[in-house]
Amino acid sequence: MSLVADPKAPRPPKAGPGRRTTRGNTELYGWVFMRASGVLLVVLIFGHLFVNLVAGEGVSQIDFGFVAGKWASPFWQVWDLLMLWLAMIHGTNGMRTIVNDYAEKDTTRLVLKGLLYFAFVLVVVLGTLVIFTFDPCPTGSPADLLPSFCTA
Amino acid sequence: MTATLDATPEVGAVPSFEVTLKVMRYLPSDDGSTPVPHWDEFRVQAHGTDRVLDALHKVKWEQDGSLTFRRSCAHGVCGSDAMRINGRNRLACKTLLKDLDPSKPITVEPIKGLPVVKDLVVDMEPFFASYREIMPFLVTTGTEPTKERRQSAEQRERFDDTTKCILCAACTSSCPVFWTDGQYFGPAAIVNAHRFIFDSRDEGGAQRLEILNDKEGVWRCRTTFNCTEACPRGIEITKAIQEVKRAMITRAF
Repeated sequence: MSLVADPKAPRPPKAGPGRRTTRGNTELYGWVFMRASGVLLVVLIFGHLFVNLVAGEGVSQIDFGFVAGKWASPFWQVWDLLMLWLAMIHGTNGMRTIVNDYAEKDTTRLVLKGLLYFAFVLVVVLGTLVIFTFDPCPTGSPADLLPSFCTA
Repeated sequence: MTATLDATPEVGAVPSFEVTLKVMRYLPSDDGSTPVPHWDEFRVQAHGTDRVLDALHKVKWEQDGSLTFRRSCAHGVCGSDAMRINGRNRLACKTLLKDLDPSKPITVEPIKGLPVVKDLVVDMEPFFASYREIMPFLVTTGTEPTKERRQSAEQRERFDDTTKCILCAACTSSCPVFWTDGQYFGPAAIVNAHRFIFDSRDEGGAQRLEILNDKEGVWRCRTTFNCTEACPRGIEITKAIQEVKRAMITRAF
């Protein structure tokens, strides 16, 4: 960026009669989702922090057994799944709007959004897989590291 | 200002001072070479009652006739002389020099985000294209009434604020979202849509909401309030944009 204002507008006005319209409710739903998921995430995240770090024995209770015990219950599976999906969609949509607002070149925009969506898919798929396929009682592990309900 | 005895040497005397104008020049030449934008400095003698426009006039009339800028009424209603003064969008005809700290050079640039034609003159066409798109005229159906279309004082009050727009582009060209690619409709177009959407006599509201419910429409507004701060008419632009958003949401759900 030079010190002075760019005398040319970033992009020349589109030729032809009017702009290419991109009408539709997509951005409207996106806008509403950001607000709704934001409120939900506050509850989910602070609930998560409280249960993990404050309730019971506090931080020192977190080990394999604690996490395994939580994910054995469908309640915490749903809680964590909701948190994962909402946080990822919320964050990705936020980053998408930031890229749209700041990336001036089409190629920059394309590359940044490509990386963003790749990271989104990777984290969501891996996270969901872990929550559902987690084995709380792997065979051959020492019993003192496993949750109490495991019978070897 | 309160009058004090020691500060006023003569009743009715206007203080005068010298001021430096630092103007962004962009001068296309006949030979077709790309002009390089650069700063030019001018020193002018000004009075306490002078505005930036008066100083620009002095430069153009007495020092450099090639200095180019738009102005029509010179009294803050035509919306021709919006420019970036000391980094903020204002009307040159409504900005007093004494309010800008005349001890330092006063920077004057064209408004951002629109192609510069020469010096402070920009191509307003992309701005007006967005304005035309929201259908800035009364839309009605049925037969013409034989008398006026009546409206209560409350109904008129609903959109009073947005009728004040003078289309100077100070708001749209202060919007960072508009700067990026110039595809966003911009605050001014939304303000003028608001003026008709909330007019009880108008029947094109749904159509206008449809037009602004666009990827480049109201949803690109990040409520940074740059537009509200820049508006020389004091329109609460961000509030108007939010009201249009709300109308869309109540329509969709």
